[in-house]
Amino acid sequence: MNKLIADILLGIGMLFSLLGCLGLIRLPDIYNRLQAATKCVTLGACCILLSLVIRYGFTESGIKGLLAIPILFFASTVGAHALIRGSHIFGIKLWEKSIIDEYADDGYGGSSDQENQKDTNDEIS
Amino acid sequence: MEWIDFALYFMIALVALCLYRVIKGPSVADRVVAIDIIGIIVVGICIILSIKTEKAFLIDIGIAWIILSFIGTLTMAKYLGRRKLDE
Repeated sequence: MNKLIADILLGIGMLFSLLGCLGLIRLPDIYNRLQAATKCVTLGACCILLSLVIRYGFTESGIKGLLAIPILFFASTVGAHALIRGSHIFGIKLWEKSIIDEYADDGYGGSSDQENQKDTNDEIS
Repeated sequence: MEWIDFALYFMIALVALCLYRVIKGPSVADRVVAIDIIGIIVVGICIILSIKTEKAFLIDIGIAWIILSFIGTLTMAKYLGRRKLDE
């Protein structure tokens, strides 16, 4: 029974990883790509780790897998957030059909012009 | 072919899919994002290998890979944000 649940969780993890990779390839700009890919692939890897935990129970492998889930969850999401903020400051344009850019409206980020960007950098540092 | 073998080959194919974005990506940030995603998928491959071969040390390699990938992503984020690395 445990093996069946573990196999199903492994399949769910593979499915989410596939969806994340399709999003990484098909979506139009970097912000859409990152929000699709990071969330889906992180959930996929967490499902695979959960499959390991269910398959082995509280043995050496299982406890290591259980430990790896929060590390993976927080590390990948925080890294993605920092990366997307950095690329906004770097000046990578949004997709032309995007309707809102609240980060630039608040005065951060540098996709508008060079002068604004310099001021923003001084403000931050 | 067993299910676990199929999962292994499937994840390797996903890495190949992401390499397409690494090669073609129009800007630096696209490539960094794709490499970040490849790191997470490689963690999944380590876990599947650990299930297949029943060796526990492969999970340690996965955890170390997560942390190194996190540090690399933060470094690239600081570089893209035009800040010095020791701020």
